[in-house]
Amino acid sequence: MKKKITVRYFALFREHAGISGETLESDADDAASLFEQLKHRHGSAEPSAHCKVAINDEMADWDSPLSDGDVVLLFPPVAGG
Amino acid sequence: MMHMTERPIRTDELVDSLRNPAAGAYASFEGWIRNHNDGLDVKRLEYEVYAPLCVSEGTKIIEEAHARWSILHAECVHRSGSLEIGECAVWVGVTSVHRDEAFDACRYIIDQVKVRLPIWKKEHYADGDSGWVNCERCGAHDGEHGHQHDGRKGHAR
Repeated sequence: MKKKITVRYFALFREHAGISGETLESDADDAASLFEQLKHRHGSAEPSAHCKVAINDEMADWDSPLSDGDVVLLFPPVAGG
Repeated sequence: MMHMTERPIRTDELVDSLRNPAAGAYASFEGWIRNHNDGLDVKRLEYEVYAPLCVSEGTKIIEEAHARWSILHAECVHRSGSLEIGECAVWVGVTSVHRDEAFDACRYIIDQVKVRLPIWKKEHYADGDSGWVNCERCGAHDGEHGHQHDGRKGHAR
């Protein structure tokens, strides 16, 4: 079933996407599937490893299920400090 | 508590905020902006952060430090925005009764902050180029996602 998902892109992903976020319809069951579907947007070829995801302002695992109305934040490899 | 700021980090004021007659030890870490990385001349750095999650995740890290070590107080402050060479990008301060706990907790906090907080830095080089630090990790897929990695930029520590 299609869900309405709001996606936000950060840093390198935002530059690739050319937008900071978008709301879209997706049938992705989990965050990893959504990431795969949006490859052409955020420009990364791998679903997890060094990237992170947050759902509704909570850090999440890539296999976290998605629900209608979720806000998914896609984080490229972090580099604080 | 974890704090994010766009203003210069005043470590002298932060140290004073930690003063405690029960503390026999204070350990701190400061991360500074250096003028080179992997052989390239760095002119300045830009930190992009997602502040709400930096604060919540950073606060979790500090709570973990409190659970692991017998410390009196721990604070961390991280900058965002554009920073010049020599500026302080991150500060961690920990007080405890004896030194071991302060050293260990301070090390834990900065190590975790670097790998868990949603913070990204873009280096601006003397040659006018720029690059996101750590982006080289997806360098194996250059051809697929189109942006340039020259193999020299990234993996700052």
